[in-house]
Formats: sequence, structure tokens, C-alpha cells
Amino acid sequence: MSWESFFQNLSNGISLGGLYALIAIGYSMVYGILRLINFAHGDIFMLGAYIAFYGMLIFSLPWWLSLIVSIILTAFIGILIDKGAYKPLRNAPRISALITAIGVSFFLENLGLVVFGGRPKGFYRPHIFDEIITIKGVRILSLTFYSLVITAIFLVLLFYIVYRTKTGLGMRAVSTDMETARLMGIDVDKIISITFAIGSGLAAVGGVLWAMKYPQINPLMGIFPGLKAFIAAVLGGIGSVGGALLGGFILGIAEIMLVAFMPQLSGYRDAFAFLILILILLVKPTGLLGVEVKEKA
Amino acid sequence: MLKIEDLHVFYGGIHALKGISLHVPKSKIITLIGANGAGKSTTLRTITGLVKAKKGSIKFLDEEILGYPAHKIVHMGIAMAPEGRKVFPNLSVLENLKLGAYFRTDESSIEKDLDWVYELFPRLKERKKQKAGTLSGGEQQMLAVGRALMSKPDLLLMDEPSLGLAPLLVKEIFEIVQQINEEGRTILLIEQNAKAALKIAHYGYVLETGRIILEGTGQELLNNEDVKKAYLGEA
Repeated sequence: MSWESFFQNLSNGISLGGLYALIAIGYSMVYGILRLINFAHGDIFMLGAYIAFYGMLIFSLPWWLSLIVSIILTAFIGILIDKGAYKPLRNAPRISALITAIGVSFFLENLGLVVFGGRPKGFYRPHIFDEIITIKGVRILSLTFYSLVITAIFLVLLFYIVYRTKTGLGMRAVSTDMETARLMGIDVDKIISITFAIGSGLAAVGGVLWAMKYPQINPLMGIFPGLKAFIAAVLGGIGSVGGALLGGFILGIAEIMLVAFMPQLSGYRDAFAFLILILILLVKPTGLLGVEVKEKA
Repeated sequence: MLKIEDLHVFYGGIHALKGISLHVPKSKIITLIGANGAGKSTTLRTITGLVKAKKGSIKFLDEEILGYPAHKIVHMGIAMAPEGRKVFPNLSVLENLKLGAYFRTDESSIEKDLDWVYELFPRLKERKKQKAGTLSGGEQQMLAVGRALMSKPDLLLMDEPSLGLAPLLVKEIFEIVQQINEEGRTILLIEQNAKAALKIAHYGYVLETGRIILEGTGQELLNNEDVKKAYLGEA
């Protein structure tokens, strides 16, 4: 493989990994606080893409404004899902919440089919993202580059919130020990809402960038990216924000490289991701950066 | 300051508190002693709102707080150093202390209180960057107390502060409890180490299987024959 095509693939892998990371963080943050795998997260990602789609189509908003509107509305939807579906089950056995999450996922997918229709819709890719840029012979789509920049901006913002603000400190406290966090005067329900908002907002960013990449959307588009991001979160160590980031990039790069180096295996791309999941669960179930967490009763 | 009346609590199907009443006056150290499972921790957990009561009343500064969510009770001025310390092991000492002041917005006086806590516990200052999980048991207890103080509570609840500590450290912790009290804070102390607790307490209650069976000044209880037999290990 030539130097150019290696870097071309690497840049694709990094860009795909960034999208996985954006989604995986939402899984990981919610798990960190509630010990709940929010299987509806991939569908929240889908809603993010649709909101931006209608923002541009019906309201003729510029892409960046559609993105911002989508982040805000999707964050709000995330909070509503928690309040409506998960909060009533806060003291129920965790399996109930997990099954509910799967139910919410089916509900959103089918609601999408009814409201948006089953036919894929072409997603508008702004011109600035539709150019080919050449760096030292490596030709990449400008979207690949900008998508990474946008991802990086939101990740920096996220890490700032989690590690540099009082709210972030509260989030880390709640994820360590919810009861003691209450004794610190932390309004745990508020922290949970903020967590859902941030996770869903990041999924919306992922959804919009994903939609521009392919560039079409359908109500079931969240299933596979959602599963992949879940694998990424487990790979990195679910519950850890840094782990989700690492897992996302590793999975994205590994997938692209698999296809690049062994084109004959490209049909097994998705199976490969699940193979990684099985291996990590066998070898290091806590994930790369995860620490063993005490199961909450 | 704190008035509990006829408090009934069911805990996991067990009638854990069977109508207890107690009174914590301002600026005093009040202790609640009793054996394991007598309901001491349940009492504190009910005051802080972590456990719901079936019946009764808890008034703090003449306001009924029973049924308030835990965080609101903290905002009102009740802080707890919980049993088993419950520091956040993956966060630094400084972050733990800052969590104690989580709901406060008066940044400059938070800094002042931080200095005050460091003065009470110089070892916490030395280790402020260290993860709380790496501290020794005694240091973690200091951190738990310091963290509770960071909320600037009017009433400090302490659940078994001496648990698992070496005798010398127990003495040190109890001296600090007294010092905190002398600075004007009201303390409700729960202890299995009845002797140490009664020595510093102004008033004490003896709890047995969910009922208060005896009360009196610290000195009275120390001299009481039943207390001596049951809790002080004296014949």
C-alpha cells in the first residue's frame, strides 16, 4: 500500500472513529451514572440527523444553525426520554430499565417510520464540505477534515465541562456514589438530566456529520452506528469518557484499515466490530481504561 | 434546633424505628448510642432524607423537613459525615472538599472555609492533590468531616466517626469534634464507642431495637449502671 493511500485510509478511519466516539460518550456517561445501557441512544442519533435535515429543508437554516438547533432539541429529547421512560424505574431492578431502553429504541425507530417515512432522504452536504483537499498527495474530502475539527471542538468542550466545572465535578461525584452525592447537596435528578442532555447533544452532532458523510438518512440509520458506538464504549471501558473516546477512534481506524488491507474481508466489516466486542469481553471486560465498578443495588 | 417526634421508619420490611423522639439544642453535642442494628444509622439517614419515614415529625429550625429531598436538607444547613467515610476515592482531596461546598455560591468565603478545614486537618492540606482513595483510614475520616464542614452546616451529623480507627486517632477525632462544637456548631454524634462519645457529649440518648430506652447528660449516662453493663463493658 502506498504512503498516500495509507494516510488517506488513516484520515478516513480517524474521522469515522470521531463519529463513533461522539456517540459512544453518550452511552458511557449514562452508564457511568445510572448503570444503564441506553439502547435508544442510536435512535437519538437518528433524531439528531432528522432535526437538522428538516431545519435545512423546511426552515432553510444554514447548516451550522441547523446543527445547533439539532443539538439543543436532541438534548431536550434525551431529557424527556429519561424523565418519561427511565426515571419511573430508578428504583426498579436494572433489567427493567434495560428492557425499557430497548423498548424506547423500537418506539423511536417506528415513530420515525411513521413520521418521516421509510424512504431514505438525501441529506444536503454544504459546498464547503464537498471539496477535495490535497495534502502532500493525500486526497481527502473536506468533510473528513472538517468533521474531525467539529468533533474535536465538541470533545474539548465536553472535557472542559466534565473536568473543569462544578457541574462536571457533580457528575463525577454522582457517577461514583449517588447516595453520598446527595449528602453533598447535589440535586442528583438535575445531574442525570444534564448527563442525558450532553450525551444526546453529542449524538446529534454525530448524527448530522454522519448524515453529511453518506449523505442520506432513514429512520433505522441509528441502529448500526449505535451498536458500533456501544462496542467502542465497552472497548474503551464503559463509564469512562476518555475510554469512549479511545474506543471510538480505535474501532473506526481498525474498521477502515481492515477494509483497506484486506479488501476481500470488507463484507465482514460489521462482524469484525462484534468480534472485537467478544474479544474484549473475554479478555478485559472492564475495557481498556475502565475500572471495576461496584454494582449498584 | 432539631426536634424529632414519634418517628417511625420501616427499613427493608423491618420496623427499624418505633417512635423515637429526641431533641438537639443549639451549640450542643448530642450523642445517640446503642448496639449494632439498634437504629442509629437509620435515624441519621432519615434526618438527611435518604430514608423515608412512615410517620412522625422532624423539625429543623421549626420547619418540618420530613419528606424533603436529601439535597434540599443539606441546603438548609444539615451536613453529614457518613458511616464508612464515603469519600469519593477517585477524586482528589481538594475535589472532595469542594463537593462539600457544592451548592454554595459564595466563592470567596468557600476559600476561607477551605483554609479553616486545612487548619483543623493540616494533613489534608499536604495531600490536597492526592486521590482520596489513597489516604489512610484516619485521613479519610478527617476528609469526611472536613467535607461536611465545607457546607458550613448549622448541624453536623456524624455517623460512627471512630469506626475502624486506632485508639490514638479516635482521640484525635473526638478532640476535633469538641473543637468544632466550641466554634459554635451543633453536633449529633452516633457512636458504638459509647464511652468516648458520652465523655464529650452534653446530652445522650440510648437506643435499643428502635426505641429510646434511656436519656440523660453525658455524665449521668456514664454513671448509669445499665449503660455501664451494656455499653461500657464494665460489670
